[in-house]
Amino acid sequence: MKPFARLFAELDRRRRARDQDAALSAYFRAAPPEDAAWAASLLIGRKPRQAVPTARLRRFAATAANIPDWLFAACYEQVGDLAETITLLLPEGGGLEEIPLHVWLEQRLPALHGLEEERQRRIVLETWHGLDRTARLVWNKLVTGGFRVGVSRRKVIRSLSRLSGVDEGVIDRRLLGAWSPSAEAWRALLQPADAASDAGRPYPFCLAHPLDLPLGALGEPEKWLIEWKWDGVRAQIVRRGGEALLWSRGKEGISAAFPEIRAAAELLPADCVLDGEILAWDGDRPLDFGLLQRRLGRRDPGKRLLSRIPVVWMGYDLLEEEGCDRRSLPLAARREALARRLAAAADPRLRLSPALRVTGWEEVARRRHEARGRGAEGLMLKRRDSPYAVGRPRGIWYKWKAEPYRVDAVLTYARRGHGLRAGLYTDYTFSVWDADRLVPFARAYSGLDAAEIRAVDRFIRANARERFGPVRAVKPELVFEIVFEDIRRSERHKSGVAVRFPRIARLRRDKPAEEADTVETLRALIAQKETTP
Amino acid sequence: MILPPWLQATASGLFCAPAGCHIDPRRPVARAVVSHAHADHARPGCGRYLATPETARLLRLRLGEAIPVQELAWGRTLVLNGVRLSFHPSGHIRGAAQVRLEHAGEVWVVTGDVKTASDPTCLPYEPVRGHGLVLESTFALPIFRWPDPAAVFADLLAWWRKNAEEDRPSLLFAYALGKSQRILASLPPDAGPVFLHGALEAPTAVYREDGVRLSAARRLAATEAPENLRGALILAPPAASESPAMRRLAAAGRAFASGWMQIRGFRRRRALEAGFVLSDHADWPGLFAVIRQSGAERVFLVHGFAEELARTLRAAGLAAEASAAEHEREEDEAPP
Repeated sequence: MKPFARLFAELDRRRRARDQDAALSAYFRAAPPEDAAWAASLLIGRKPRQAVPTARLRRFAATAANIPDWLFAACYEQVGDLAETITLLLPEGGGLEEIPLHVWLEQRLPALHGLEEERQRRIVLETWHGLDRTARLVWNKLVTGGFRVGVSRRKVIRSLSRLSGVDEGVIDRRLLGAWSPSAEAWRALLQPADAASDAGRPYPFCLAHPLDLPLGALGEPEKWLIEWKWDGVRAQIVRRGGEALLWSRGKEGISAAFPEIRAAAELLPADCVLDGEILAWDGDRPLDFGLLQRRLGRRDPGKRLLSRIPVVWMGYDLLEEEGCDRRSLPLAARREALARRLAAAADPRLRLSPALRVTGWEEVARRRHEARGRGAEGLMLKRRDSPYAVGRPRGIWYKWKAEPYRVDAVLTYARRGHGLRAGLYTDYTFSVWDADRLVPFARAYSGLDAAEIRAVDRFIRANARERFGPVRAVKPELVFEIVFEDIRRSERHKSGVAVRFPRIARLRRDKPAEEADTVETLRALIAQKETTP
Repeated sequence: MILPPWLQATASGLFCAPAGCHIDPRRPVARAVVSHAHADHARPGCGRYLATPETARLLRLRLGEAIPVQELAWGRTLVLNGVRLSFHPSGHIRGAAQVRLEHAGEVWVVTGDVKTASDPTCLPYEPVRGHGLVLESTFALPIFRWPDPAAVFADLLAWWRKNAEEDRPSLLFAYALGKSQRILASLPPDAGPVFLHGALEAPTAVYREDGVRLSAARRLAATEAPENLRGALILAPPAASESPAMRRLAAAGRAFASGWMQIRGFRRRRALEAGFVLSDHADWPGLFAVIRQSGAERVFLVHGFAEELARTLRAAGLAAEASAAEHEREEDEAPP
């Protein structure tokens, strides 16, 4: 595992693309195929299953370092990374014989899983003491299942493409889906492209860029296709050789979670690959995203769940037809082909995402305000002549979200952040007034710049009150404008509401805490949402 | 309260009433005993200052030539209204002293900032026996265990050399007073060209005048030709990292020398390619060594993780208490 640990350290430290590239290709060139396969899998973000429960690891580490649990917690709070805290608490180690990465991941770690505590403890301690700090950190991240490193999937794919001479798009596609690391899989990954071995795999998704320029700058409105921006699970239907599979973005196959969509897709005439979005749907509008999540979490949904949370697939695009890659055709032509296919399947669970008929940019702007009322997140703007590109290109597809909801709330609790924000108070809880008390309604981490984060951190240090584990109550004084995408009733939350994607819009130094918004404001937002068409 | 009646923790800082002096006061007072010349320990505007000769020179640089500062040589005793006061090396930076106070048959040692690791620019930490200890706890968590400085300097040189091979400058952030000079004193003389950010020039000059052997280095001029900087090491204070002059060095490899570099998140937050764990404070084992060697049974803790260390010491059977004063961390202690 040492070469992989060294690679991790290099990637973690080096910020320049060319240094990272050099480290990646040096590793991939030298590593035996069975290790290289696992490394690639880890680097593109696939996490191994957690082999030892976190609570146990904490216990083992505290005992090994001979410190009480509260002191371990104080260290963790400062470091903001469990694997690293453990690494730092134990003295420098070494002497363990080198065990290759694939042996750890295929045999040793799975064998650790489910052992009784005492036996796990023996093995874990032996390993900690036998590894140097770099290797120990990486090993901890594998054991906790939380392995991450600051290198993009794209960069890994580029490196593999350079190593093999195989096109980046082909590598990307091969790594989608149920790619399971082995020497054989590694060789297949780097093999020259051939259609047969790539059956069943989806294409890399083309993603939209947030709209960051005035509509007028987009040119004539006729050149653009305007659709609703649906808030579901983006999914490709891969229909090849009599079978249909569903793939979500860069993740595992989701065919099992949505058997009715899969069944409908098998009605599509002949081979094709389609891109669209799965939505929980009732009548003429989507259901709450939370319901769709329940479906997504079930590999084998029962009849009751299928009927209680019906879903549809809303089609956006066609990528392949009868074995031919159509991605370079203009969008307008692809959509026509898509519409023909869907018409032929004639199943109400497969729909065409409607194109909005608009006469000018003013009308587009107006329609955006309707989005929420229709259960959409906003609008999509796509050039009618655009190809189906790879990644998130500028200038061809834009997403234009509806105005988020805005509420002024008071900072009432805070805890320290993790990773890059270790040691700083960056995890905030915000509250609104319910009569004369403040009730928490949202937690948010993002939206402030580095200078603001420091200022808020200083304020929290100076105004911290009671401690609840790592959480500090903070003197209610700072008011923030919080924005979020959706709001609904919730019995699980003290405030009676749950919000989606809350984040900080700005710090409102101009507003005293007494003038922050109230629970009634939140309830009014729900009522308003429910009454709009 | 664990402190004796003649030593009080006040809003202005530690106050020894019979001697009529504050130790490292936080605001202007009549008489200030200054353990060392860092800004959070040496505030302007006091009536009189008492310090070691080395600290006095740095104080004049910092607070002005005209400030009324009385020098007290290492180990010499000054009697202030029945309180016997003397300075003993704390090993933190040049001139840094522990303040030994003896009154009514009792000895208290105020460590100021203390470092047990080696440092060629100052006298090594010297254990001082006492009944009680006022101890800093900047890095008082068991995650802070410093590597051997020799190994850290070897890493630093290797990093510099690698950048030099690629014709890049190496930009190393280090606190202006103490850490920068410690680095200059630890570099081999022929390692390559070294430049100093303007803020480092004056304290470095004081060290040189004091006879401390430091690597040759010259001031980084705003007009410096980029080709002169290829392969050079540039030392700069962390506060300058966003300044236009430093931003111009876009091609430079960036690193930071600080105890905080023990934590990856701090290094990554600053997008540094290297973090050298080099601190002028005691680490967790170092703090315990200081306590053990002082023989103190009562410990009052200031700065950083005071509560954590106090609780640990109490569990070990010592009388320990954390200062309640909310202390604004100054440059040399603040996490980056």
